[in-house]
Amino acid sequence: MRSVGAMSDSIRAMTAQLVSDPASMIFLPLGEALRQRGQLDAAEKVALAGLGRYSESADAHDLYARILGDRGQLELAFDEWDIALRLEPDHVGAHKGIGFLYFVAGELDRALTHLETAARKLPDDDGAQTALARVKEALARRAAAGNGAGRETETAVPTEEQAAVPGADPSRLFLGLEGADDGLLLLDTRGLRLGGGLTSPEGDDVADAVSAHLAGVSQEASRTARLLGLGAWISLAAESPDGHLFVVAPTPETLLLLVREQSVPLGRLAVVADHAAGVARAWLEGLQ
Amino acid sequence: MPEFATALDSITRVHGVRGAMLVSVSDGLVVAESSMDGVDGAPVAALTASLAGRLRRTTEAAGRRLPTFIHLRAATGTVLAVPSNDDLLVVTIGAPDINVGLARLEMLHVAERGI
Repeated sequence: MRSVGAMSDSIRAMTAQLVSDPASMIFLPLGEALRQRGQLDAAEKVALAGLGRYSESADAHDLYARILGDRGQLELAFDEWDIALRLEPDHVGAHKGIGFLYFVAGELDRALTHLETAARKLPDDDGAQTALARVKEALARRAAAGNGAGRETETAVPTEEQAAVPGADPSRLFLGLEGADDGLLLLDTRGLRLGGGLTSPEGDDVADAVSAHLAGVSQEASRTARLLGLGAWISLAAESPDGHLFVVAPTPETLLLLVREQSVPLGRLAVVADHAAGVARAWLEGLQ
Repeated sequence: MPEFATALDSITRVHGVRGAMLVSVSDGLVVAESSMDGVDGAPVAALTASLAGRLRRTTEAAGRRLPTFIHLRAATGTVLAVPSNDDLLVVTIGAPDINVGLARLEMLHVAERGI
């Protein structure tokens, strides 16, 4: 992993190069570096300027789609990856991105097609391989359910790093807490699930879909609090007729979602979420 | 629209409330506001409508029905929102020590009256 300092130097150098040569394709790695640092406004500005010059570049559309994805604007991200694939049907990044979006939307067959392409072309890409494995698992579960085997609880596929850390099994993240398997969800700010699980009242696994949407919610909450001069956001609660949602950020890079029945008061959710956030922080420290 | 302002007054009387407003969800514009001293209504409306829209999509993805009450707690203040009929959102801005329970009841009352 590159240090923050090295990345800052790299960004400065790429920015200088882009200033001296605005037509340079350096906007692609510069935009990606800014995105990875979470500087989404700056990354978007760079990407859009690049797209203004190179509207036929699949890489530029792919970059912009990833930024939109980080913002939680999944429909717009889909459109950009779709454009990238029209321009370059074998574009790996677009296959990977669109495959992930199909996966979270529950369209597993379409997800499989795109992720198989991405994984075949990027055999060393952990993200593509893990996403493909998850889709295959979900398809297998669906087939088993169709054969009368009944619904099984999804088990997240741990990354290589997680698998290598004792006690870092994401399925055991909230072990011992109320709702450890269903109703507690830890995700990163890109909307990818890190641990825990969530099912709908009908019993469908909705953890990945909710994670994808929640990343945008947290960015919006942060933006709202900041622009209204309210400082950093602390928590976000939503009350609905058939359940309460409560969101906190255990660390700047992660979000914790707690979902409970409507009979559980919001005040109690705050206490449970605080406890679960402490557990999540300890688990995350174990990964480092 | 004096009837809107009158309805919102019941919310602004609650302890800790700095202001209340009605927001159009579809375009994020202020429809009516009450006692918004020191608070610029336009950005509050736009940001809260956007946040409510994202939360709506999240609860849908979770297989739950649409939110009836939203509470954003921040370091130096609070934003509350209650969707009403007719594409409207009742929004309240409050201090950290706002009486959330009472504000929530008044907001639900305003929303249920079908402004």
